[in-house]
Amino acid sequence: MRHLRGGRRVTRLIEAQGVSAQYGPTPALRGVDFHIDGGEIVTIVGPNGSGKSTLMKLLVGALPPSAGGIARAPGLRLGYVPQKLAIDPTLPLTVDRFLDLPRRRPAAARAAMLDRVGVGGLGSRALNDLSGGQYQRVLLARALLTDPHLLMLDEATQGMDQRGSADFYALIEELRRETGAAVLMVSHELHVVMSASDRVICLNGHVCCQGTPELVRSAPEYRALFGTGTHGALALYRHEHDHSHDHDHDHDHDHDHDHDHDHDHDHDHDHVRGADHDHAAQSDTARNTDATRPSRHDAGPVVSTLPGLVEPLTDQPSDGGLTRTAHCPTTKAPHK
Amino acid sequence: MTGLFADFMIRAALAGLGVAITAPWLGVFVVWRRMAYFGDATAHAAILGVALSLMLQLPVYMGVAGVAVVMALSIAAMEKGRPGLPADSLLGVLAHGALAIGLIAVSFLPGARLNLEAYLFGDILAVSWSDVAVIWAGALAIIIVIGARWQSLLTATVNPDLAWSSGLNPDRDRRILTLALALLVALAIKVVGALLITALLVIPAAAARPLSRTPERMLGSAIAVGAVSAIGGLVMSYVLDSPAGPSIVAVSVALFALLRLVPMR
Repeated sequence: MRHLRGGRRVTRLIEAQGVSAQYGPTPALRGVDFHIDGGEIVTIVGPNGSGKSTLMKLLVGALPPSAGGIARAPGLRLGYVPQKLAIDPTLPLTVDRFLDLPRRRPAAARAAMLDRVGVGGLGSRALNDLSGGQYQRVLLARALLTDPHLLMLDEATQGMDQRGSADFYALIEELRRETGAAVLMVSHELHVVMSASDRVICLNGHVCCQGTPELVRSAPEYRALFGTGTHGALALYRHEHDHSHDHDHDHDHDHDHDHDHDHDHDHDHDHVRGADHDHAAQSDTARNTDATRPSRHDAGPVVSTLPGLVEPLTDQPSDGGLTRTAHCPTTKAPHK
Repeated sequence: MTGLFADFMIRAALAGLGVAITAPWLGVFVVWRRMAYFGDATAHAAILGVALSLMLQLPVYMGVAGVAVVMALSIAAMEKGRPGLPADSLLGVLAHGALAIGLIAVSFLPGARLNLEAYLFGDILAVSWSDVAVIWAGALAIIIVIGARWQSLLTATVNPDLAWSSGLNPDRDRRILTLALALLVALAIKVVGALLITALLVIPAAAARPLSRTPERMLGSAIAVGAVSAIGGLVMSYVLDSPAGPSIVAVSVALFALLRLVPMR
């Protein structure tokens, strides 16, 4: 079950057909078709109020669709990483206790999973005392403990800086490779997320367009929603990838190298400065909790963890083309 | 036998303990989920239940539980329907509306007027052995149900979507919590009365928070606070000749204040 893609049998995990969500006067979603298969990384991007979170709620079963249908593979295990927990300060919750929701796990399994996601030794800390990055990793650890077929992340890196987000997504990509779990992400952080995805779905109440990151990024529908200002950072990560091919990809490496070198240098500079600051802070935390254990944050410059973000996309010919919906905006839509 | 260990005092202690150690099982969720107003509305509706029971010559528990269930379920339905009113305002309307209508209904019953105070503030010194039996049977039912749904309720409290994604049903859990609250109201009406039931839910749980690092320890501490309040309140009532229900609540408030001095864990 490691790799279901690449010509082998593909398991359809979730399929939504013609799904609408209308609970008030205006519909949050209308006529959305969606699917995700085993091992895929799919990212949903869209502006605020575009229905991203509503779609997530529909997919996890928290909301019934007002029209259309959603089918899940029988026995499907979802590892859901919510955007934010609504933990009232009156609810005392340690990391270990949180990892035991909804089912209790052996202490050794909890500790090993915290180690795996880079927050080892934090088990006895109160959840509300964690930093933003630690918090998200703990949420991720809980999701992974359910041995999911599909990992679902809702704005998982909100509040992290660019370096933290990049690290986090690199970890997701590693975990996908290790476990074979499919990944569905919702994000507005297009520059980092999109480069890691097999497929990007651009959402604005309906599916505007979908396809590979490169195709969506250059699609007029996408640019109408997001402008063109974000692809510089994507270019940065692709650029770094060119310089380190030393890890074991088990697929071919023919990316399209259409990135913009002018953008690279500006972004590279800002990125590294911001990263150093954060790096120091996170490493301190790691040393405080366990002096001997090598932290993933101490493992060297961030670029070494980034190449995993860039996946070859050519092994999925069926998704190679950009799919458009007729009523997509090609001028900037008025939105909040 | 007379004095502190008179029969009626033993019955009162057993009734008080039964309610005091059961209320925290729901009280912690009332605090974590900010449902205090919801508890108020359900409890205040109990007076209407008392009036109905007396009118139809049913046991008070049945009328109170019935009205509390109807009240709780209609609140839940109205909150879902979003009538364009904030939830706390809606609950304020319903809580005091139910109380006012209940008071009017009771006033039309001949002779019941004399007993009104007992239903508003409780009359724990007057509980019978059959009251004690009803209280403990109901208490056991609540503890078993909430204990069995504990993990699920906790997950839904932390994040409902997370619960849905794990194959749980937070809506069903919420209904279970609601029905358990209605049952507790019925059990507690003779002990502390309709006006002070929410106090037994909220105060021990809130008092336990500084002592606790996990949800289970908070529950355990809240049960301890509740038990000490019940016994302490009865002793206070005996010594000072103060009303028993308010004395129980006063002791729990004193414990709450004392435990505020403990640094939050």
